[in-house]
Amino acid sequence: MNDMRLVERDVSNRQAKIEARGVQVHYGEKHALKDVDVAILDRTVTAFIGPSGCGKSTFLRCLNRMNDTVASAKVSGNITLDGQDIYDPRIDPVQLRAKVGMVFQKPNPFPKSIYDNVAYGPKIHGLARTKAELDEIVETSLKKAALWNEVKDRLSAPGTGLSGGQQQRLCIARAVATAPEVLLMDEPCSALDPIATAQVEELIDELRTHFSVVIVTHSMQQAARVSQKTAFFHLGSLVEYGETGQIFTTPQDPRTEAYITGRIG
Amino acid sequence: MSVFLILTVLGVLALAGFVLSRQRAMALVGGDARRLHSRPQYYGWHGAIMAGVPALLFLAVWQIAQPMVIESRLEGMFPAEMVQDDSARTLLFADVRRIASGLEAAIASGAIGADEAAALDAGAVRERLAATGVALGADVLPETLAAAQEYRGLATVGALWRTVLVLALAVGGLAYAIKATGPEFRARNRVEGVVLALLMLASTIAILTTVGIVLSMLSESIRFFGLYPIQDFFFGLTWSPAFQGNSQLGLLPLLWGTLYITLISMLVAVPVGLFAAIYLAEFADPRVRSVVKPLIEVIAGIPTVVFGLFALVTVGPLVRDWLAVPTGLGNSGSSVITAGIVIGILNIPFISSLSDDIITAVPQSMRDGSLGLGATKAETVTQVVLPAALPGIVGAILMATSRAIGETMIVTMGAGAAAQLNLNPFEAMTTITVKIVSQLTGDTEFNSPETLVAFALGISLFVITLCLNVFALWIVRRYREQYE
Repeated sequence: MNDMRLVERDVSNRQAKIEARGVQVHYGEKHALKDVDVAILDRTVTAFIGPSGCGKSTFLRCLNRMNDTVASAKVSGNITLDGQDIYDPRIDPVQLRAKVGMVFQKPNPFPKSIYDNVAYGPKIHGLARTKAELDEIVETSLKKAALWNEVKDRLSAPGTGLSGGQQQRLCIARAVATAPEVLLMDEPCSALDPIATAQVEELIDELRTHFSVVIVTHSMQQAARVSQKTAFFHLGSLVEYGETGQIFTTPQDPRTEAYITGRIG
Repeated sequence: MSVFLILTVLGVLALAGFVLSRQRAMALVGGDARRLHSRPQYYGWHGAIMAGVPALLFLAVWQIAQPMVIESRLEGMFPAEMVQDDSARTLLFADVRRIASGLEAAIASGAIGADEAAALDAGAVRERLAATGVALGADVLPETLAAAQEYRGLATVGALWRTVLVLALAVGGLAYAIKATGPEFRARNRVEGVVLALLMLASTIAILTTVGIVLSMLSESIRFFGLYPIQDFFFGLTWSPAFQGNSQLGLLPLLWGTLYITLISMLVAVPVGLFAAIYLAEFADPRVRSVVKPLIEVIAGIPTVVFGLFALVTVGPLVRDWLAVPTGLGNSGSSVITAGIVIGILNIPFISSLSDDIITAVPQSMRDGSLGLGATKAETVTQVVLPAALPGIVGAILMATSRAIGETMIVTMGAGAAAQLNLNPFEAMTTITVKIVSQLTGDTEFNSPETLVAFALGISLFVITLCLNVFALWIVRRYREQYE
């Protein structure tokens, strides 16, 4: 198992899925993100690490234009998904977000049944033509999120009645069900206990066989465990980006080294 | 001493209690507040409460009890047949009090000397008091005057005792508080107990009042049902009160009018109010919202009688000339639809403002979750935000319904006063509330079914709105916990 993972850490042959060049974000007067260049690879887990307020979540929210919902946010620079500029006026953010799904820091299941939570995305995007197909999507998504066995007997119970870890896995199942090409996760395990965290991490590892995962995390162990590429942000700038093993063993920048050894944070 | 003066003195004593107790507490610990059990101001409040509250309570009890005690002692001065009947007795003692206070006022203003007042005879008293500005309804009987003189005497003695006892109680309380004050004394617990009692009292007043209202309406309704068959009231199809008797007092035409007008008003208020709320909460620019929301809420401050005028001179004629007459459905200026529309407008701010608050309270994370899955704004609003806000919105709608059912002024001016069972919304109809008012307006005595029916109508209305409100509360509670 460990050997397999080591082999899989080699992602040098992967294509770039998302490319960002010169991305700047301003929140009103505040310059939150300065000139970020990064290429997110296809079918790879990329971790964003850095101290609080360093801009990693802000950058994550640029990738599916969730910053559009924040009135004061202004994004400039260039981000492409499969070569297509996502800030092009002809691009509808709604269509973009169908391809680039998101899981938030705090579990936010809808006040609906477990089934309807997962079926929400497939329904609005018309991914299932029949009830049987929808049932199928719900079941596979819940299985992928390692939640199926716990909820299969109570799919009509409210999603808000689940425990915190179950709710977060439900949110992941909900995002997976929409069949995205990229999944953005903003500190998905910060509200979870170690057991649920382990389950989510296992899940992330499986998900990358289907699509790219970008995960923001405060836990460096987590970044080391699940990711193949790591980006270190500090004070709104991307300091260093590279193979996870290299970032954690031989960081090039003194600030990266200081952070991973616990001297800044 | 007058009551006002006593209250002033009590206020001064309470203030003294505060200052002295606080000072003593601080003095006993040499100015180091940390050695006191409670913070210094609690000792002050304890002093003020001990000086003021028992004395105030005693004063209140005395004020209520004194006239009752005096009246029961005066009763023996009248022949038995004069005080047999309850209402005659009430009138008689009203006269006694009137004369007594008239005499006091005349003496106080110097128009009559105290000796002259004591020596007045029954024949002259009315004239004499009229000259000083106190009007009496009828000539005074000798027994009444004698009772009034006795009343004055007793009241004077009572007032003296009252003053002495109240002030003694206040001073005693003050002395106790100062004596009790010490570093170990738990003043905070005492003060908190008093505050707690005050809070409990405040919360029970509304409930007790409601119980009182229900009981008083219930007793009058029972009298009504003694005079008029209960099944004819609840199932009668005709409402035609006649003051010479033989009235037909069927509830159904009024109930129908009430429900019909309420239905139309909700057809106006719910969509408009809800759409306004959705616009304000989800789509409006914050600057637009900050202007439009207060403007909508201004409507809630307009008195309903002004809305009634609007119904009478604007909406009524418009509906008649542009809808009713061209379609041949009616030619009345007052109609169910007029009142319904105007009550609906009245309820728009109620629904929109409450719904707006509820929609705004749906966490942003719900919207983010939906948008992050590639849902459109419209899908997010209709499939996530509104379902989450639904229990609150239903509660708001049901409360607005209660208001529409209870509305009187707009119906009087917009829908007329004709009680009828009719499906045509362009006909004049009327509601329960309007008929309650019209049955009780004018010269009334509460002994005929025509007036007592108002209480039966009132309690029917009360039960309807109560059920609606209970239902609203149930809906809100039933679904609330799921949406946290």
